[in-house]
Amino acid sequence: MSFVKLTASALAMTAATATVATARDQVQIAGSSTVLPYASIVAEAFGENFDFPTPVVESGGSSAGLKRFCEGVGENTIDIANASRKIKDKEIAKCAEAGVNDIIEVRIGYDGIVFASQLTGPDFSTFEPADIYNALSAQVMVDGKLVDNSYNSWNEFNAELPAVDIAAFIPGTKHGTREVFEVKVMEAGCKATGAFDAFMAANGGDKKAAAKECYKVRTDGKSVDIDGDYTETLASIDANKDGIGIFGLAFYENNTDTLQVATMSGVTPSTDTIATGEYPVSRPLYFYIKKAHIGVIPGLKEFAEFFVAEEIAGPDGPLSEYGLVADPELAATQEAVANETALTN
Amino acid sequence: MTDMTANGVPEATPHAKSSLLTQDAHTKQRNAAEKRFRIYGITAIAIGLVFLVLLISSILFKGVGAFQQTKLTLQVELLEAKLDKSGTRDIEKIKKVTTFGYNPLIDTAIKRALEEGGIENPFSKGKDLRKLLSSGAAAQIREFVVANPDRIGDTVEFKLLASSRVDGYLKGRVSRESLARDKNLTPVHLDMVDQMRETGVVNKGFNLSFITGADASESRPEQAGIGVSMLGSFYMMLVVLTAALPIGVAASIYLEEFAKQNWFTDLIEVNISNLAAVPSIVFGILGLAVFIQFAHLPQSAPLVGGLVLTLMTLPTIIISTRASLKAVPPSIREAALGVGASKMQTVFHHVLPLAMPGILTGTIIGLAQALGETAPLLLIGMVGYIASNPPEGLIDGFLSPNSAMPAQIYEWAKRADPAYYERAWGGIIILLLFLMTMNIIAILLRRRFERRW
Repeated sequence: MSFVKLTASALAMTAATATVATARDQVQIAGSSTVLPYASIVAEAFGENFDFPTPVVESGGSSAGLKRFCEGVGENTIDIANASRKIKDKEIAKCAEAGVNDIIEVRIGYDGIVFASQLTGPDFSTFEPADIYNALSAQVMVDGKLVDNSYNSWNEFNAELPAVDIAAFIPGTKHGTREVFEVKVMEAGCKATGAFDAFMAANGGDKKAAAKECYKVRTDGKSVDIDGDYTETLASIDANKDGIGIFGLAFYENNTDTLQVATMSGVTPSTDTIATGEYPVSRPLYFYIKKAHIGVIPGLKEFAEFFVAEEIAGPDGPLSEYGLVADPELAATQEAVANETALTN
Repeated sequence: MTDMTANGVPEATPHAKSSLLTQDAHTKQRNAAEKRFRIYGITAIAIGLVFLVLLISSILFKGVGAFQQTKLTLQVELLEAKLDKSGTRDIEKIKKVTTFGYNPLIDTAIKRALEEGGIENPFSKGKDLRKLLSSGAAAQIREFVVANPDRIGDTVEFKLLASSRVDGYLKGRVSRESLARDKNLTPVHLDMVDQMRETGVVNKGFNLSFITGADASESRPEQAGIGVSMLGSFYMMLVVLTAALPIGVAASIYLEEFAKQNWFTDLIEVNISNLAAVPSIVFGILGLAVFIQFAHLPQSAPLVGGLVLTLMTLPTIIISTRASLKAVPPSIREAALGVGASKMQTVFHHVLPLAMPGILTGTIIGLAQALGETAPLLLIGMVGYIASNPPEGLIDGFLSPNSAMPAQIYEWAKRADPAYYERAWGGIIILLLFLMTMNIIAILLRRRFERRW
């Protein structure tokens, strides 16, 4: 009996201390799985070089991270949200509703998105946005008219591409990467093939509606949405030698022994070609800081400053070594973080 | 023999023709059916065994590499000019030198090792030389300097981690061909590694820090260990044990020994059985809503993880406890009541001790189940780059963010560097060892203490 009493009281005590003493001493971060590797590299270096504990970085996707970020202010909420896209006005409004008013936006650099396939598979070495659009969109232009996409193999619309069945593994709609793919590849391809003008005509000149039509992906199983991480895409490519997958540049560079990358519009993706803007499919990466937590959570501001410091996020830092394209305007970002400049809404 | 006619044998056939020594068609058919069934059974077991062997051998094959790690033994001169310019040995000033400030020391140390071994150095930049080493090497030296500031100025021997590609080369995972298009390392580096192995600078040894260490960032898989998340699992199991065992046992004793049989207790019983079949992710969502959003317990904490797993384990414990209480023969109860024991005395002095082995077995199996659970932990923030700080003390162990072994394995399997894949398999080996140990303890307890009536 005394054992039962003892455990019961021990349990009650733990629960009591848990609710009272939750003074958090480490920075908590969540969000985009694309930013996660960079954030973890910085967090580790931060823990080594400062007296603060190593920050905790969770993944879950840009939208999920921002949603948790906007839950409110307090030690029980996260301090930083990682995002592979800009925060939306809707999200800023939601944040404000929950009392999260001052948000500091920090752009850490750029990330390239590449098309890759099995190293030993068919020779997918050059793509134009039009090729991707023809292969994957729901409707394509044939003989000047919009028709449902019935292409089965790549050489049907571009004789230079291999004569193999179309199979593409693209990021699911939860991912920030999908948005970049839609705008930078699908829309560009849509315009190049003339489908955009046809959609414009069909929608009475409404650009937004036409762009939306361009983003529609065929649903007959030739294009597969991957909701998981790049490792899942890699596994799908491994299982299908004709498959094409979409990866982040850093992921590809860590797996060059199994993957071959395709050029886009004749440009090979690399940190250099993305920095100069030659390689078209890239996007900025961000993290967002809750200003109200600065001074409450120890080390939060120091972490943010450390993240954008020249020796970390600069062109010779460990982030760029891992695959991040350094931001040429890093100095401005450093200043904004130092001054705690919040977004104006 | 009289029912032969019922089996379709024509009535006209006389019985006398059948003999025990010669089998008739129908007996042959029945024997053949039995033989077939035996073959099916053996095939089923054989298929199962083949899969088991395949599984275990592939786990061992892929994971055993994680228990070995390549290290470079280097003489590092801790230059005062770099580490303590003022020469005052002021610890705060020494701490100001970041890990980046230690890179020149490492460059010099590698060059020195190359010169001593008479190995040609084809690289002019220190950055290219450092690719041989983990980026954690600087942190290792800095940690030593901060702990021993009086050693500044000396030359100290360090065993520094090799980079994951070099490590992979020694383990056969990386080859010159696979490096052809890799920007992290070049085949020239591998030539150097070959020569440095001969001079004894590069060595592969047992990797204790994989078992005791913390998680590492994406860029240095060679440094990652499962130790901290093992502690996370340990604290969670502690919560599960202290919460689920008393609650589960109390609930089952009441339901089995004291409660009246009516529609309400029946309803509870049915629901307990239903709960046992609820997918574990549901408990994760429940935990997020109740423990974190409502009760405001800290996120990613083993306390919350443990509470969620308690909910998941309770039905298992209740069902096995009730079964073992039921197995105690009524004669024991009647005898105790007969000599004047109260109902409570009967239960706690006689029935419960006899049911204890069964209860413990059920608890251990429930714990083993909880130990291997990942899905609910996804929702309460225990997956990611979490297990980076070993907890300081008991309370910190329960409350500060941590991961758990299966969650850590899942996280590693997601990461880009193929070296993490090996770590994931290594983690599976450790997890399986834990599960096997727990199951063996359960079996031993049952063998040793269980009584049959």
